[in-house]
Amino acid sequence: MAAPASTQTVDLVARFPDSVSADARPGYTGFIVKKENLLEVATAIRDEFGYDLLTAVTGVDYIAENKMEVVYHAYKTTGGAGLTFKVQVDRVDPVEVPSVVGIWAGADFQEREAWDLLGIKFTGHPDLRRILMWEGYEGHPLRKDWKEPFFEEEAKPFKSRWPDGQHTFAENKNPFRDNLKFPEGFDPEAYQPENEDDLYASLERFRSKGENDRLKTDHIVVNMGPHHPSTHGVLRVAVTLDGETITGLKPVMGYLHRNHDKIGERNTYLQIIPYTDRLDYFNSMSNNFGYVTTIEKLMKIPVAERAEYIRVIMAELSRIQNHLIFIGMLMNDLGTMYTPSLYAFEERELVLDIFEAVSGARMMCNYFRFGGVVRDIPDFAMQKIKDLVFDRLPAKTDEMERFLNENEVLVARLKGIHVLNAEDAIKYSVTGPVLRAAGVPYDLRRAEPYSVYDRFDFDVAVRHNADMMDNYLIRFDEIRQSLRILEQAIKQIPEGPINSQKPAYQVRVPAGEAYGRIESPKGELGFYVVSNGKPNPYRYHVRPASFVNLQAVESMCIGAKIADFVALLAMFDIVMGELDR
Amino acid sequence: MYGKGILKGLSVTWKRFWDTYTEDISWMVRGKKRYNTQEGIAHRSSKDTKGIFTVQYPEEQLIQPEEFRYVPFLVYDEGEEGKKEIRCTSCGICAKVCPPQCIWIVRTNDPSTGRPVPVPTNFYIDMDICMNCGFCAEYCPFDAIKMDHDFDIASYERNVYNLEKLLKPASYYNSIRPENAAREDEARRAKEALKAAKAEAKPAAAA
Ligand code: SF4
Ligand code: SF4
Repeated sequence: MAAPASTQTVDLVARFPDSVSADARPGYTGFIVKKENLLEVATAIRDEFGYDLLTAVTGVDYIAENKMEVVYHAYKTTGGAGLTFKVQVDRVDPVEVPSVVGIWAGADFQEREAWDLLGIKFTGHPDLRRILMWEGYEGHPLRKDWKEPFFEEEAKPFKSRWPDGQHTFAENKNPFRDNLKFPEGFDPEAYQPENEDDLYASLERFRSKGENDRLKTDHIVVNMGPHHPSTHGVLRVAVTLDGETITGLKPVMGYLHRNHDKIGERNTYLQIIPYTDRLDYFNSMSNNFGYVTTIEKLMKIPVAERAEYIRVIMAELSRIQNHLIFIGMLMNDLGTMYTPSLYAFEERELVLDIFEAVSGARMMCNYFRFGGVVRDIPDFAMQKIKDLVFDRLPAKTDEMERFLNENEVLVARLKGIHVLNAEDAIKYSVTGPVLRAAGVPYDLRRAEPYSVYDRFDFDVAVRHNADMMDNYLIRFDEIRQSLRILEQAIKQIPEGPINSQKPAYQVRVPAGEAYGRIESPKGELGFYVVSNGKPNPYRYHVRPASFVNLQAVESMCIGAKIADFVALLAMFDIVMGELDR
Repeated sequence: MYGKGILKGLSVTWKRFWDTYTEDISWMVRGKKRYNTQEGIAHRSSKDTKGIFTVQYPEEQLIQPEEFRYVPFLVYDEGEEGKKEIRCTSCGICAKVCPPQCIWIVRTNDPSTGRPVPVPTNFYIDMDICMNCGFCAEYCPFDAIKMDHDFDIASYERNVYNLEKLLKPASYYNSIRPENAAREDEARRAKEALKAAKAEAKPAAAA
């Protein structure tokens, strides 16, 4: 059952008759705000209407209409439907839109991303640098007139593949540099990497305001990563230190960037599903879930009843193994080499066995389809799920808690180290366990139930101290709640078909837009898709939890000790596949 | 008491250590082999496994479920005198649905009429680009392309498979995916029976 289309609960037009109009394009919802009044309207949206959480900011390049549009999705942390508002500007460089960072600090990275990939300049943004591509990169890849180096055609399927497909390696057809664009007067042979003054200048902002009066110390810049075992992938963090205390910090990312959005726009709707597996590669089931829910919203098709339960089962199993790995990897970061993480990996293997039996692959599951799932759960796999849910996993979770929770060293490292308070977490658009550990019971499975989550009896895990200990313990709470959901899902799962649609390799998606979101183990995973009725999406945007959550890392770590930094970063449970896309 | 938590944790590791050896010994006492046997591997990936349950790859391998997928291959039916009856009709659906577009198909045209003949002249799959998604097998209307279980294909060269290298007999397919093959054969037979019945009904109706 698709969730009812988000009804507009606020009448923004009545409040701002001169500057706001309803978006009347067929298939679109929300409001169009005049650029000049954006900040005024946005402030009212936050303060008067109570939309305190700005989850997604992205742009769309409507090249035919010669317009650029910035789309904002705001929600209330008390739950309920969201508010979508947009700003349209002419597509003439420089494309300028006022920045809303002053209203929702959580717009920071996403505005930088829109600048980087779409070339929308956010005036008033405190630190508008490229974020996924490097400084000095030419062009804005998500613009519709930008072509990638191995460009073949605007959209798949490519004509050269059939009926007379002759195999050619892409690199032979488009030798390196043949269709790369360089800035005028650029000589690739003489290229020297840009110096990183901008990055370090952005660190300067935090250079200690109250100078250390007893002893004059120099600040040192330390670069951690991108090849550092504890940054959970190729994340680089530039830190300035005053002794052992962090005084400034900037994450540098994009080392694993492959422009997932652009790949998606070249693909057909179906072809995107296996690509979403590669976002947060620990939870391909959740990624599939988020994407197909969004497209089902656009297509307005129902989901087979049995498939809904199968989806929930898979998503919750995925959450359990993700949180176990989180716990294991956190121990690694704290210096408990390997034993706890291997214990976690053992249970994960058993969950992956199930994924393999139902979907064919352990990690890249590619299991969900529009209207249902690929195939039913085989009997032996169902038995395995029951064994794990009713028998093994509860016992193993207890064992893990017995193993770690009271360990004095662990408690000393975690207890009382502040992560994020509720106010800051909301300000920076942080979602997921970190937000809930700060006392905000915001879980999309409750706040805006999707799929069949409204039929299950479970509690939203919340803790109130907002320290590392709570952030750690809340994962156990969530595992327990997931097990509760699983028990009910297994008992209630009805017989029946597993897809409401006939299998089709091309789906028809009516023109319009949709923003779909689910509670992935790491936070809110959102997909914003614009269709123009063609077989390929016009705009496909992923709002990954890791990326948006990371915005808070800077303010969170300032004042902390460098020794705690690795563990603080681990709290966000980032995955680079999703962060860099 | 300081250190109590650590000791409590150590009891868990100690138990795991103990379990690992007692499991091994109990299998030995019962005269069974815990390692290098299907039974042993199956037990080690069940809920009852205790202690360390590493599968000693490559000496041992996890049991592959039927749905396990790696790269695709083309199925042919074994005709008389070992004639390969390729199921593929070169309809091109797999090439269209393939997300990274790593399938190339050369359709055969009848030289005299120029009309397409339902058999591929050549068929290429770039296995280095294949993302193992399984779409080709899922959407092929003729059960002609299927996902393989054999994953040992690492090599120093780039793996572009042509028709010859892609073809594998239906008996092989039946052996790796017995349930799927049986289901599909059943469906195909039913379809053919329906077609035959229709063909029979037609002249009868005309008469
Ligand atoms: S393998 Fe199947 S889908 Fe692909 S061309 Fe042959 S018959 Fe068509
Ligand atoms: S498995 Fe997927 S990627 Fe590989 S050839 Fe088939 S459709 Fe293409």
